[in-house]
Amino acid sequence: MLTFTLRRLLLAIPTLFVISLVIFLLVDLAPGSPMSEIPLTVPPDVRRKMIEALGADQPVFVRYVLWLRQFFWVEPATLFDGWFGTNWAGGEQRILSWQSRAPVFTIIGQRIPQTLTVIGTAYLVGILIALPIGIYSAYRQYSLFDQLGTLFAMIGFSVPTFFSGTLIIIIFAVTLGWFPTKYDTNLHVTDWASFVKQLQQMAMPVMTLGLANAAVISRYMRSSMLDNMGMDYVRTARAKGMSERVVVLKHVLRNSMIPVVTVIALGIPSIFGGAIITENLFGVNGIGAALIGAIHASDLPMVQTLAFIFAVLIVSFNLIADVLYGLLDPRIRYD
Amino acid sequence: MPDRAAPVLDVKGLKTVFRTRGGEIHAVNDVSFHLERGELLGVVGESGSGKSVTMMSLIGLLPSPPAEIRSGSVMLGDLDLLKITPEQLRNVRGDKVGFIFQDPMTSLNPVFNIGFQIAEPLRRHMGMNKAQAKARAVELLELVGIPDAAKRLGDYPHQFSGGMRQRVMIAIALACDPDVLIADEPTTALDVTIQAQILELVKELRVKLGMAIIWITHDLGVIAAIADRVMVMYGGQIVEQAPVKDLFANPQHPYTRALLKTIPSLTGVREKRLQVIEGQPPIMTTAPSACAFRARCTHAFDRCEVENPKRHGIDRLPLGQGHDVACHWVAAPVSAETAHV
Ligand SMILES: Nc1ncnc2c1ncn2[C@@H]1O[C@H](COP(=O)(O)OP(=O)(O)OP(=O)(O)O)[C@@H](O)[C@H]1O
Ligand SMILES: [Mg+2]
Repeated sequence: MLTFTLRRLLLAIPTLFVISLVIFLLVDLAPGSPMSEIPLTVPPDVRRKMIEALGADQPVFVRYVLWLRQFFWVEPATLFDGWFGTNWAGGEQRILSWQSRAPVFTIIGQRIPQTLTVIGTAYLVGILIALPIGIYSAYRQYSLFDQLGTLFAMIGFSVPTFFSGTLIIIIFAVTLGWFPTKYDTNLHVTDWASFVKQLQQMAMPVMTLGLANAAVISRYMRSSMLDNMGMDYVRTARAKGMSERVVVLKHVLRNSMIPVVTVIALGIPSIFGGAIITENLFGVNGIGAALIGAIHASDLPMVQTLAFIFAVLIVSFNLIADVLYGLLDPRIRYD
Repeated sequence: MPDRAAPVLDVKGLKTVFRTRGGEIHAVNDVSFHLERGELLGVVGESGSGKSVTMMSLIGLLPSPPAEIRSGSVMLGDLDLLKITPEQLRNVRGDKVGFIFQDPMTSLNPVFNIGFQIAEPLRRHMGMNKAQAKARAVELLELVGIPDAAKRLGDYPHQFSGGMRQRVMIAIALACDPDVLIADEPTTALDVTIQAQILELVKELRVKLGMAIIWITHDLGVIAAIADRVMVMYGGQIVEQAPVKDLFANPQHPYTRALLKTIPSLTGVREKRLQVIEGQPPIMTTAPSACAFRARCTHAFDRCEVENPKRHGIDRLPLGQGHDVACHWVAAPVSAETAHV
């Protein structure tokens, strides 16, 4: 297991290098200039100076190598210095956003908490709803509950979040007036009242994304349970006199969770992908909103860094999913 | 029956029906039999004759729906297993009645180690704690002939061979010292040498533990080797029942005779080719109103078309205690003169 993990980690390095290069070049090829948001009245030589100051006039490979060095050395070193008061980074230049001149990672550090609280909660809620629905639907296959679960999953599957989100806003914010339409990023939870406020403003994005996630995961859970319910070992467990509870929630569930855990792990990076649409819809000032803003402003360092972080997440969670699979299924041996 | 101890298991008039989309399937039709203390009852019959469904009906192992037990009684001591609550039935399963299934490769749960799987019934029925269950599990594994038992408790099913897994299944079935062990073709999936080893093991355990056994098989050779008494099933009914020697020496039902001709003889010269029974076993969509075997029977006559034959003794002993058969063609001793009109 350990050697497998190490080997996969080593393999991830060249993979990520190739991905980073592709991302860098693709983003660079995209039309647009960092000056597109600057008023036309600014004279050309001032513009040129601004571009030079940003380093945007350098050839793409120079910028790539610099970015690599910044991403893999300067930024971790800065982070380390921040924690332990050392001075590894030695005041070297960090990756700067062209748009705001602030270090990209500082911006990300500010945005991530919003994304994690809202989108992360949505994913968690989705899982917590999906698992019982999936388990019970399978246990009572074709029952009314199962049919309703299927309907629910179909809706969650087929309705895109920008539509269901809008619908939810119309129902709960506009018509019923239960929740605020706009997410207030500056709200700090200090007491009970602000906590309730926070819950209220999280409710709609969590509902929207939670529904979509629950739909997918409940289907996986159901079909995995059904696959296992008919297995011979289930009959053995019953023949031993085990209660239905033990048969279903121990023998069957333990087997059924193996593929579901994998799907859940693989889906975690999509939290950030899904964030892009939902955050914009509800005005959550998170990482997805940061990405969209950076794209509009041709803020290449920001876009490249974020895209690469997504890639790292996807590769990592693939590895995590494989390791989990090996841990959960004694038949799998990685060596 | 004043001279006999009460049987451990007494099944009367069992009827099991599957309700499927395509209609009903009458898988078990009015089956009655009993099992004496310490006896080994062999059950034979072609695929689909209702052997498994009968035995699973006894302890409620059939999924319901589609299965439905229409009538009958299954007395285990003075408990009617068809009348007691599901919870009471669970107390019987794995405790008083052990079950071994055909395919040892899939009958064990792949994600739990075998120590856990053996300990489960021990903790459930005997109220043992972890340490006691573990000690007993080691004992059981030794009993079924698994070497290095203590070390293997932590192993998972995939680390055992097919024969070893079936031994583990036997250990689980025997864990709580059952009165009755039901073995549903326990050796069919194993190769011949392993099959012989398992048979030896069961013979040995029978003597040691003294439980009664119901042994389902396709293989009349196995029956000849281990059974005390045999029950032949066809179309969800018992068509012939006799002590093993009587059945082999003096088979009555045309189906039994045909079955016996399908086994290769090891002793005599092969004078004839092995026979097959022409035709297919029936799928019973209604309760039988005629002989289920008539379409394949060389002796069928008009009565077979209109009346389902009842079991009758051929030796004047009460039903189930001597040799009985359900066939119009085979004469009952009393009505010997009138049978061949
Ligand atoms: N779940 C089910 N749904 C519908 N019909 C069933 C079901 N299980 C069994 N049957 C039917 O019941 C009849 C008896 O099957 P059973 O499994 O008892 O046969 P068997 O004698 O054990 O055969 P084998 O030697 O193949 O194990 C068959 O006709 C089969 O089609
Ligand atoms: Mg069977």
